Amino acid sequence: MEQDSQIYLDYQATTPVDPRVLEAMVPWFTQSFGNAASRNHAFGWEAEKAVDLARKSIGAAIGASGREIIFTSGATESNNIAILGVAHMYAPKGKHVITCSTEHKAVLDPMRALENEGWELTVLGVSEKGHIDLDELRGAIREDTTLVSIMHGNNEIGTLHPIGEVGAICREKGVLFHTDATQSLGKEEIDVQAMNIDLLSGSAHKMYGPKGVGMLYVRRRNPRVRIAPVMHGGGHERGMRSGTLNVPGIVGLAKALELCLEDREGEQKKITALRDRLQERLSSALTHVHVNGDEDSRLACSLNISFEFVEGESMLMGMHGIAVSSGSACTSASLEPSYVLRALGVGDELAHSSIRFSVGRFTTEEEVDHAADLTISTVKKLREMSPLYEMAMEGIDLSTVKWSGH
Amino acid sequence: MVYSDKVIDHYENPRNVGSLDKEAEDVGTGIVGAPECGDVMKLQIQVEDGVIKDAKFKTFGCGSAIASSSLATEWLKGRTVEEAAEIRNVDIVEELALPPVKIHCSVLAEGAIKQALADFQNKQGGEPASTEE
Repeated sequence: MEQDSQIYLDYQATTPVDPRVLEAMVPWFTQSFGNAASRNHAFGWEAEKAVDLARKSIGAAIGASGREIIFTSGATESNNIAILGVAHMYAPKGKHVITCSTEHKAVLDPMRALENEGWELTVLGVSEKGHIDLDELRGAIREDTTLVSIMHGNNEIGTLHPIGEVGAICREKGVLFHTDATQSLGKEEIDVQAMNIDLLSGSAHKMYGPKGVGMLYVRRRNPRVRIAPVMHGGGHERGMRSGTLNVPGIVGLAKALELCLEDREGEQKKITALRDRLQERLSSALTHVHVNGDEDSRLACSLNISFEFVEGESMLMGMHGIAVSSGSACTSASLEPSYVLRALGVGDELAHSSIRFSVGRFTTEEEVDHAADLTISTVKKLREMSPLYEMAMEGIDLSTVKWSGH
Repeated sequence: MVYSDKVIDHYENPRNVGSLDKEAEDVGTGIVGAPECGDVMKLQIQVEDGVIKDAKFKTFGCGSAIASSSLATEWLKGRTVEEAAEIRNVDIVEELALPPVKIHCSVLAEGAIKQALADFQNKQGGEPASTEE
């Protein structure tokens, strides 16, 4: 591995484990290795106690009680349990669910699975900045609607949905509201009471905790949310998620969230400044640059930006040693450009030209400056090579050109 | 994506980047692909007495697309028009060791060559380019 010379600007993909989190986890692997479900000896009691402490701490962080937190293997599982579990449990009430087009696949795919099982699915479209229309949401809720799932911070463009307003609409209409808060937990303010959130998914590895552990908040009062289990077995987590608890992971998740909240506002401020510095450098040095998402309501870490006339994968190739993501088809397993960017209606060519930078706790100004310099020189070099840039400079409107396609 | 050394070399040191006068009688231009598909190649040849004297390219696309067109210009220079028409995408795939997901880059390059040749021949009044003597 040649990581020493690498600059990591992909914090929305995952984050390094904070050393303080690792330190808190270690004893739970080797010394206190008990099974939290072992009720008849000290090893089990100790593990159960640690899990309960973690539950309380995580609950408190979002305005919930510890008993409302269940542990999972990550946000994908949390989303699946929330969506499939609620839909199946409330099927007698109705078989209609609502989400939006820019959700993570871990929400969209279980929704599609429900559709295949006979549910009706409404997928709300989004504006150019990635926002749903709240009136459209209100109008989409029907007698037989059981669940609305709208994410908090978008993983690709960073747009923050006004989940408090979404929650208020759902509460008024009497439908359950799930939010995927994977990107925002520990970063944005979240209060499940004030925001009328009934279910909330989170993941440790997006906030300097370990991979392989996540949580799902399931409201117990006003209303009490019931869930049909997706994972069947020993009846752990009050039957909602069977499987031996990942005690070190859970301890790590709680510690990671505690550290995030210790100085949440200070850290957010620092990260925003770094992100803005990067954005400012790129957009002042280059023309034909588009920031994707909503600059006024965006995750602090996130900068999704399209460099017209250059293709994303060729950019990544030039940006040696900078770890970022691209919405280009060539960098995705599906060979399709980002469906999130397409949903904004920015045009496929801008999706192909997009780079997602995300800064985080360990990012420095020097790293941001170096990444900006390298990005600028790469874009310039590739534009010299780009027939589209040449045509645009000649004053040709690319949208009027008849392309051959392939 | 792991690239072959040859792809990286063409990406880092692209051969024959640039443009020729597309209005000139002795220049053939091919433009293939579409921005929404993520790749557009422009390939131009300048022909003198049936021999390609110069070739230039500009490409919007991934590293493999850039390398495919860069390699194509290298191969085109010095060939007769007939020889140029014989360049096949599989030759490009082999030379650059392109993985299966990148084969379309070579197809695009072959298409650009063919279009450039056809454009040149059209300018010569639809007659096949002269190669005698």
